[in-house]
Amino acid sequence: MEKIITKNLNLWYGDFQALKNVNSGFKANKITAIIGPSGCGKSTLLRVFNRMNDLIEGVKMNGEILVEGENILNPDIDLVNLRKKVGMVFQRPNPFPLSIYENIVFGEKIHGDNIKKDKLYDIVEESLKSVLLWDELKDRLNKSAMKLSLEQKQRLCIARLIAVKSDILLMDEPCSALDPQSTARIEELMRELKNNYTIIIVTHNMQQAARVSDNTGFMLFGELVEFRDTHEIFTAPSDKRTEDYITGRYG
Amino acid sequence: MRKFKEFIIEKLILISGIASIFFVVLIFLFLLKEGLSVFNTVSPFNFLFGKSWYPISEPPQLGILPLILGSLLVTLGAAIISIPIGVGCAVYIAEVAPGKIKETLKAGIELLAAIPSVVLGFIGMVTLVPLVKNIFHLPTGLTALSGSIMLAFMAMPTIVSIAEDALYSVPKTYKEGALALGATHWQTIWRIMLPAASSGILAAIMLGIGRVIGETMAVMMITGNAAVIPNSILAPVRTLTATIAAEMGEAVVGSEHYFALFAVGIVLFVISFIVNVTADLFLHKKQ
Repeated sequence: MEKIITKNLNLWYGDFQALKNVNSGFKANKITAIIGPSGCGKSTLLRVFNRMNDLIEGVKMNGEILVEGENILNPDIDLVNLRKKVGMVFQRPNPFPLSIYENIVFGEKIHGDNIKKDKLYDIVEESLKSVLLWDELKDRLNKSAMKLSLEQKQRLCIARLIAVKSDILLMDEPCSALDPQSTARIEELMRELKNNYTIIIVTHNMQQAARVSDNTGFMLFGELVEFRDTHEIFTAPSDKRTEDYITGRYG
Repeated sequence: MRKFKEFIIEKLILISGIASIFFVVLIFLFLLKEGLSVFNTVSPFNFLFGKSWYPISEPPQLGILPLILGSLLVTLGAAIISIPIGVGCAVYIAEVAPGKIKETLKAGIELLAAIPSVVLGFIGMVTLVPLVKNIFHLPTGLTALSGSIMLAFMAMPTIVSIAEDALYSVPKTYKEGALALGATHWQTIWRIMLPAASSGILAAIMLGIGRVIGETMAVMMITGNAAVIPNSILAPVRTLTATIAAEMGEAVVGSEHYFALFAVGIVLFVISFIVNVTADLFLHKKQ
C-alpha cells in the first residue's frame, strides 16, 4: 500500500522550477531513499510532504500530493494534523533548549489539553524506549537536552515524533552531522522503526541509501529520473543518468 | 620598519582601551572624594533612609529616601508600561511583521531613540500632563505617572531593539522543529522562541531600565519635583537625577549640600552599575 503518492507535482521558488512533474509512490512500512547531487530538489521534495516549504516566500506548487489518500495541496488542509502525522527529522539535530522530558512531551502539550502527568511520563518512557535512549537517560530526564551528544540529540528528535504518533517519518540527511559509528546505530534504528512507520530519507550518501532503503528514487535537476527497488537501481539502473551518478561519474 | 609600525599601532590601541577604563575610574574616584565628605555631617544610614530632604534649611536635613523612592516609583511605572509593549513589539518585528512593515517599524523605533529627552519632556509637559490632570481630576498633572509614561517611551527603543536581536538569534532550526511537530506560529513563539531568547530579553529589559533610572531632563520637567515620600503614583515625586540637575547650580561649592549631591551621584552610580552588571550577566549566560 502506498502512503504518499505524488501526481504531476511541480514546484517553483519564484521563477526557478525546483520540482518537475514528479510522479512517485512511497510504500507503507518501507524505507525509501531519495538520492541525487546537491540542488537536485531532493530536500524540496521531502519538504512538500509536510508542507514545510510553505515557510519559504514565493513558493508555488501544482499537481497532487496524496497522503493517506488526502490531497495535502488542498488549501483547506489542516496543517497541524498533517505535521502531526508526517514528522520530520532534520539534518542538524534540533532539540529544543528545554529538558529532555519537555522535548518529548512538547508535541503532546501543544496538541492535547489537560493530559495527566503520569500519562505524559508513560509517553516519555515509551518514546525513549523505542529510540533506545531510555536506559541512558531515564535518570536525567530533567537535564537540558542541549548537553546530549549529537547522536543522542538526533535520537531524541526521533523520539519527539514517536511521542506525537507520527505515521510517516521524513528524514533530511539525518546522519550527516554524525560520525560513522553513530550513523550505523541510527541506521539500525531506522530498520527497526520501519515496522511501524513509513520512512523517507534524503541522503547524499549513496552507500547509506543502498544499506538502509527498500526503494530508491534518483533525482536530477528537479526531475525524478528513476524510482525503483533499491537493489535494482544500484545493480541495474535503467537510465543512463542514474548509472553515471551511482558509478561516481558526477555528483 | 614594519615591526615598528605594528608596535606603534598596537600601543595606540592599548592606550585607547585603557583610557576608557581610566576615565571611569577617575570619575568614580572624584565622585567618592566629593560625595563621601557628606558623611561627616550625616551618617550613611540617616542619609539613605532619612525621610526629609531640606538641604538648605539650618541645619540641613539630608535624607534621600524620598528621592530614592521617587526614582524607584517612576522606574517601576515605566517598566510596567514599557516591558509588555516593548517585548510585544520585538516579537511582532522579529516573527510576525512582513518585510516592509518590519523595516518601517525598525526605522520608527530608531527614530524614537533619536528624539532628545528634553523634547520628549516638553511634549509630555504640554500634552500628557494636562491629560493626566483631567482624567484623574488631580490638582496637578505633574505626577510620577506622567514621568513613567514618558520614560516608557525612552526605554522602548532599547528594549525593542535588543529583544528583537535576541529573538532573531534563536536558531532557525528550533522554529522549524516546532512547526514540523505541528505547533502553530503562536505556540512556537510562546513555548520555544521566547524561552530560548529569555536571557537576551531580560538583558534588554535591564538595559531599558538602566536608561530610565539615569534619565534626567524629561522627569525633571514632568514629575513635579516634590521631594516628599510619594503615597501614590498620582503624586508628584522627585527623582535622584532631577535633584542633582536642579540643585547643583545653586549649591555652594564645598557646602554640605554640595557634598550631598555628589553622594546622590554615588547612589545613582551604584544603582546603574548593578543594573548594567545584571544585564551583562544575562547576556553572557546566553552565550
